[in-house]
Amino acid sequence: MTRGRRIRNALMGGVFSVSGWVAIVFIFLIFLFTFKETIPIFTDPEVRHEANVEKFFVESQEGPTITDRYVWQPTSDVPKVSLWPIILGTLKATLVGLLFACPIGVAAAMFTSEFAPARMREIIKPVIELLAGVPSVVMGFFALIVLATWLQEVFGFTYRLNAINAGLALGFALVPIVYTISEDGLSAVPRAYREASYALGATNFQTAWTVVLPAAAPAVFASFVLAFGRAIGETMILLMAGGNAAITSFSLFDPLRTLSATIAAEMGEVVVGSAHYSALFFMGTLLFAITFVSNTVGQWIIARMQRRMQGAAR
Amino acid sequence: MKRRLIDKFMITLLGLSVAIILAILVVIVANIAIHGARAVTWEFITQAPRQGLTAGGIMPAIVGTAALVLLMTIVAVPLGVATAVYLHEYTPAEGLNLAWRRFRVSKGMAGRRKLFFRAMSALLATITRSAVANLAGVPSIVFGLFGLGFFIQFIGRNIDRATQPPGEVLWGQGSLLWAACTLALLTLPTVIVATEEALRTVPQDLREASLALGATQWETIRRVVLPSSLSGILTGAILGISRGAGEVAPILFTGAAYYLPYLPGDVTDQFMHLGYHVLILSTQSPDVEATKPLLYGTVFVLLALTFLLNLTGVIIRSRTRSRIQR
Repeated sequence: MTRGRRIRNALMGGVFSVSGWVAIVFIFLIFLFTFKETIPIFTDPEVRHEANVEKFFVESQEGPTITDRYVWQPTSDVPKVSLWPIILGTLKATLVGLLFACPIGVAAAMFTSEFAPARMREIIKPVIELLAGVPSVVMGFFALIVLATWLQEVFGFTYRLNAINAGLALGFALVPIVYTISEDGLSAVPRAYREASYALGATNFQTAWTVVLPAAAPAVFASFVLAFGRAIGETMILLMAGGNAAITSFSLFDPLRTLSATIAAEMGEVVVGSAHYSALFFMGTLLFAITFVSNTVGQWIIARMQRRMQGAAR
Repeated sequence: MKRRLIDKFMITLLGLSVAIILAILVVIVANIAIHGARAVTWEFITQAPRQGLTAGGIMPAIVGTAALVLLMTIVAVPLGVATAVYLHEYTPAEGLNLAWRRFRVSKGMAGRRKLFFRAMSALLATITRSAVANLAGVPSIVFGLFGLGFFIQFIGRNIDRATQPPGEVLWGQGSLLWAACTLALLTLPTVIVATEEALRTVPQDLREASLALGATQWETIRRVVLPSSLSGILTGAILGISRGAGEVAPILFTGAAYYLPYLPGDVTDQFMHLGYHVLILSTQSPDVEATKPLLYGTVFVLLALTFLLNLTGVIIRSRTRSRIQR
């Protein structure tokens, strides 16, 4: 082997090994740089005067209702920075989105993997992937301009933009996630399980419901966890269709504002280094932490299930 | 008999959920296509917005999106492919568990050090894979925060400090370059996962044949592995690009502009963007009814762009998959 070839080989090996680190390094940097801007909340006395963890989660104003007591008004003369209205908004939208997407996504996955003819499957899967390809700003636009009007006409909502409307649009975006992962899990269940069930006299649906679905339960659960992670972090749909009002309320018919939408709406006008700026980065860190945990859990469940299914097939 | 009926009923119910999902997609696409196609004219595509965004076209937004996506691709695809090549070609194929077990049982044997390094390399691959999966799950708005905090405030400001006269800001502000870098990071997992899948389809025999003929590992990768997985890599790149083209949250604070009278001519310029334009038109328009046709037209162009990219990717992939199955 000539020297040039050997050097080139070693060089490229080095290049590839370095790029192997890229993902790890950037995950670390993302955490580092969102967290870095959060630090003043814990250390800087000037910032802490306006915003600190106690003000975020504990402090409340005077007032008869929870809406008056927990307020997010970071730019008023006396800044009020309770995170409860925003956390509640995030949870409401996520709840509606998951309540829509989980049952329908799993049902569609069961139909595709257990009952649809192969031809049909070849069409259904790419089409649902196409739904995943709708940009979230387009989904947000649809919810804001079209869906909200329809829903208000049918149900007579007081507010056009509310948790139902935003959550439903969010649900549309979550369906492909639930569907894809559940479908993978259901298809991975070994044929022998089904045949054993048929041999005992079970019908098609009984087999799918009492044998295949429980066997794929970890994957289905993982799909819910990953959909939750996506729902918590989704920005554009909720920014556009949520009504953009940080109101502390348990009602699904009130307008709402999520963590992500708050960052998106307020970061543009904030003074770099101010308490408000740090508070927004605090929300970002919170989002990062929540999604990191839910993703890790989801991936772990999937990997474990894959190993088990491979073992069972052997 | 009753059991049969219940069976039929439940299966129909499941089928219904598929129908609902398809209906949602059809309604969204049809609504946008019907209202949007009417608004898309030659003027709309080729002119700049006028009269405070209530008239004119979206040409700068199309150009801005194209420039952004191009720059993003240049950053994301080589990096993503390299990472996937590392994961699949340079780390032990047997996985972490087996590599570690082999090292554990090798007590006192020759070449134990090599087995240890092999196990460590497998460990690194496992961590990298989970990092990639986690990167894919980071909310897009957090990418935006990161772009602002890292690329603009940290890297950009420091470049300015080193190269610009005091007080001048060139790199330390939102620009095409920083937005593209932020988006590239977001699409990286898509490219990596798809490329690795493509590499997996290359038969091991081909690699061994090449190595047996005396080719180095790099030569094998360049002349054998990469060419035979090209269509899979292309799919990954296209799917990544289509995801990146539609994302708005990461570019909100990293360079997208509300309105610009000029086209971006340099990577340090700000830019207009189709998705951002949709956001602006639908939430900050002074006259909602007047802008509605423009809004629908913009959404239509954006959706058409992402769908075309997506469809191309999906078609190439299903073709490749059926070729392998045969």
